[in-house]
Formats: sequence, C-alpha cells, structure tokens
Amino acid sequence: MTVALRPRRPRSLRPSDALRSVGVFGAAIVVTLLAFLFTPLDGGLGFVVIAFAVFLALEYAMVRQTMDRKHAIDHLVSTLVYICAVLTALPLVLIVGTVVVKGLPGLSLNFFTKTLEGVDPSASSTVGGALHAITGTLTQVGFAVIVTVPFGILTAVYLTEIEGRFTGIVRLLVDAMSGIPSIVAGLFVYAIWVIGPGHGFSGFAASLALSILMLPTVARTTEEMLKLVDPSLREASLALGSPQWRTVGQVVLPTARAGIVTAVILGVARVAGETAPLLMTAFGNDKVISPAAAFHEPQSALPLFIFQQLAQDQRERAWTAALALIGLVLLLFMLARLVSRKARAR
Amino acid sequence: MTAVMQPGMDHVDLAPADADIALRAIGVSCWFGKRKVLEGVDLAIARHSVVALIGPSGCGKSTFLRTLNRMHELVPGASLAGSVELDGTDIYGSELRPSEVRKRVGMVFQKPNPFPAMTIRENVLAGLKLTGSKTSEPNELVEWALTRASLWTEVRDRLDTPGGSLSGGQQQRLCIARSLAIKPDVLLMDEPCSALDPTSTRRVEETIGEVSEEVTIVIVTHNMQQAQRVSDTCAFFLAEENQPGRIVEFGATEQVFSNPVDPRTNDYVNGRFG
Repeated sequence: MTVALRPRRPRSLRPSDALRSVGVFGAAIVVTLLAFLFTPLDGGLGFVVIAFAVFLALEYAMVRQTMDRKHAIDHLVSTLVYICAVLTALPLVLIVGTVVVKGLPGLSLNFFTKTLEGVDPSASSTVGGALHAITGTLTQVGFAVIVTVPFGILTAVYLTEIEGRFTGIVRLLVDAMSGIPSIVAGLFVYAIWVIGPGHGFSGFAASLALSILMLPTVARTTEEMLKLVDPSLREASLALGSPQWRTVGQVVLPTARAGIVTAVILGVARVAGETAPLLMTAFGNDKVISPAAAFHEPQSALPLFIFQQLAQDQRERAWTAALALIGLVLLLFMLARLVSRKARAR
Repeated sequence: MTAVMQPGMDHVDLAPADADIALRAIGVSCWFGKRKVLEGVDLAIARHSVVALIGPSGCGKSTFLRTLNRMHELVPGASLAGSVELDGTDIYGSELRPSEVRKRVGMVFQKPNPFPAMTIRENVLAGLKLTGSKTSEPNELVEWALTRASLWTEVRDRLDTPGGSLSGGQQQRLCIARSLAIKPDVLLMDEPCSALDPTSTRRVEETIGEVSEEVTIVIVTHNMQQAQRVSDTCAFFLAEENQPGRIVEFGATEQVFSNPVDPRTNDYVNGRFG
C-alpha cells in the first residue's frame, strides 16, 4: 500500500498561535478602552500608542507561559518587526486609497479626450478634460529622457569602465546633484533659459529642469547596474582581443540592458510628479501643445494641472488628475519590475 | 635558457630551434603593487605542444599565464619586468597593440564565462565581432569551432538559445570554441576544469588533445593526473615562504612526474605538500 504524500510547508504559523495573538490584540484594545474611560487619558494617537504597548506586554506575558525567556524575547522582537513592516506600507495604502476614492468620480472619457480650452473656471468639473496636461507631461518627460539617457549612461560608463582620475569627483558631483531641491533646478532653468536669453515659458524649459533632476538618478542607478556585470565577462572580451569600447558596447551594456531600462524608468518616475520646477518653466496652458510647439509655448502638465485646479477650487478635477498621475507612475514601476524580472529569468 | 634545461630529456626537444618556439618568456618578474609574486621566469614553449604549469596555490603560475597575453596589466597596480616573445616579437614592445596580442594568444578562464546576452552562435562569433573582423562563412566557422570544442553534436539544434542555458561543462567548452573561432596561435587555459564534473573534465581534456595539433596550449592545473594526461612538458612553480614564485623545474612531463631532478618537485608531484 502506498502512502499518499501531501506536500506541506514546515514551520508555518500554528493556528493556536494566531488565535492567541488575535485574542491578545482584542484584550489590549479592551484594556486600553477601559483605561481611557476611567482615567483622564485622551486622544486618538495616544490610544494607538498605549494599545500597542499593552498588546506587546500581554503578548510577551502569554508566550512566556510556554517558552523560556530567550524564545519569548525572540517572539516579541519578530512581532515588533512584522508590525513595523505593516505600518510602513500603511501610508502608501492610505494615499492610494484616498486618491482612488476621491478621483474615481471625476474619471470619464472626457478627462482623456478633452482639454480646458474655453472652459469657464467655475464650470462643473465634468466639463472639459486634462488631455493637454497628460500630453504635456508625456512630452516634457519624453524630452527629458532623450536628454538624460545618453548623458546618464555615458556618465555611468565613465564611473565604472574608465575609472579615470576624475572618477571620485564626478561621483561626488553626481551625488551632490541628486540633492538639488527641485525648485532650485526650476529657478536655474528660469534664469538661464526662460528669461536670460528670453526664450519664454515652454514645455522644453520644463524638460531641461526635469533633466537636471533625472540625470543623477539615471547615472547612479545605471552605475550600480554596470557594477553587477560579472568582471570575468569584461576579461573574456578583452582576452578575445577586443578594444575597450567594443567590450563596453557589445558585452557590458547588452548584459546590463534590463538594468539600464530600469534605471531610466526609475528616473522617469522620479520626475513625473515634479511640480515646483514646472511653475517657472512650463507655466501652464489650456490647450494641447504639439511636441514641436513645446519648444516655445507654455504647456500644461499633470502636476501643474493639479496645482492650478486646486487654486481655482476645482477639487474634483484635481483629485482625478492625481489619480491619473499615480496611475502613470505605477504603470512605469510595474514596467520596470517586469523588465528586471525578465532579465533575472535569463 | 640554460637555467631551465634539465639533463636526460632527449625524448622531448626542450631546446628547439627558434623557429619552433611559439612563445618565449625571458626573465619575467611580476608585482602586485609592491609585492613581488614572480621572479625571473624563463620558459620556451614549443609550437603545437601542450605545456602544463603546476605548483601550489599562490606560486604565481596564473599570474605568469596572464603575462603571456597581457592580461596581467589589467589588474590595478600590477606591473612586470622581462619580456615575452611571440614568434620572435616582444609582445610588450611597441610593434604590437595589447588587443593584437590577445587576438593571437587566446584565453580560457577558470570559471566558464559565456556572454549571457548572446546566443550560442553569437558567443562563438563574439571574437570576430569584438575585433571588428568578418568572415564570409559564419555558419561553417561556428560548426568548425564547436566541433573542435566537442560541443557541436550537443548544441547543433539550439544554436539560437542563450549561452547561459548550457550546463557548466558545456559552457566551458563553448568558451573554448569562442577562443578557437578567432584562430589563435596560442591558447592559455587557467584551471579550465576546476569548476567542472569528471565527465566534462574528460571532454575538455579530449578537446585539448585535438586542438593541440593546430594550437599551442599552456594550461594551469592543480590536478596532477590531468597534467600527466594532457601535457607534453611541465613546469613546476614554487614560492618559498615570503618569496616570489620561481620555476623550480621544467622538463618532459613524464620526466617531471617519474624522475624529477629537484627533491621539492618530487615531494609536490607525490602529494607530500601543496
């Protein structure tokens, strides 16, 4: 007779443990409630903190019944770590949740196909759409990618492959650049492009500001990705008689291709939601601007649109635009994960 | 060359005429920073022979191997003295660029390292692409190199799958095929079988036997049996404590293993140290 084998995962959570934790959690809430009822304690945040402390104390006391001190402390610390991990994810869930709840009602086909051209500022938020802002963001970020990708990749190649005399200082400068406040980048472009030579507000000016913010992210992430390329591949290539530029172009960069794509997408996600620099560069507009016209005409963008709609008390439209922006960034992150996972599978 | 000549080696020509020398090292010393790891190595390698470099870890044999195709200098802080002649031309002279030297003196590494972003076919042809050379018959070249590396029958139906999808032993043979495809005069092998299972090791050894008809091979190995099986001549390197490595003995493989001149060689090949 054969014994039926049922696969199981060892050391999974025991039901009795889970039950105990749930019970302890309930008890902690009750104890804290009682404490708040019969003492002058007050306030929501205080309640959470005290309930949390009571929960940990009770949980420790409970497990101490069956375990020795070391194991009980181990259990206590793991519980603490689990809870902190969950708490870290909480703000994200709350933000996305709020934006979805507030933004969904305003979401209609109009939002993606119409602009605010000729729409009365006091009109209902379902009139008009954000097509001009969506295309504006795509145009500006697109230009920024075209400017940043070659510079970023070449900088990373310099930092990892050439390692010349200036490697240290270049790396330091790139790091310092990533600390530039976005409004300073906007002011800089405003000074040297918008008013200095008198090119005026334009989508392209916004792209320049975004490029400044994006470059360090792309360069440093790409650098990390190039560092992951096995040094023995470079040796193998050189040992075949390859000059260094061919080794970089044919072996190192193709091997790190997925990583470089990830670096670019992370850079895009970094700047897609920037608002401050756009105020002084793109300025805003109510109509769709073609990529060619974006060199000399003011242009809208999703973050700018949100800011300006809020200023006009058009809250619903702003929430919907926020939803669209988050959706765009989320899409890019998912793309980055997909690409890097594919690369790992290889 | 007198320093490396040993008595009683009439069956292998250790002092061949210059025309039969593929590679000649003259007084090669190596440093990593201020640390001297190799001193005064003289070695003449006969054309189309297989030379094994043996010795305990840290004796400088891999470092020596890497001076033969100018890979040593790629390590930051590495330097060297002496010269290496390839067909009578100093590879460290101004006549040859490092890339030309490496094209003529190929290398197979300890760990198989096929290019992961390339297919099997592309890996074999990588040397051409990387040196900017062309061939009118790429398919013939791929088949020739893979056959030489005794891998053709295993991969002929999946030449367009990634090189990384092969087993470790197959990957190493792919690397050998990649090196052979640019038709080098000399092939350096740095412990090519240390990461392989016995079966793959045997295949690689068979490959060495086959290609040595056309290519001169210098192989570093820790495996005494392997050195005996594949090599014609054998150089024993040794670094005494806090001393740079030197060649203690060089001679016909049979001689080095059965009747070594130096007692230290005798101790090493019989497994008494190292």
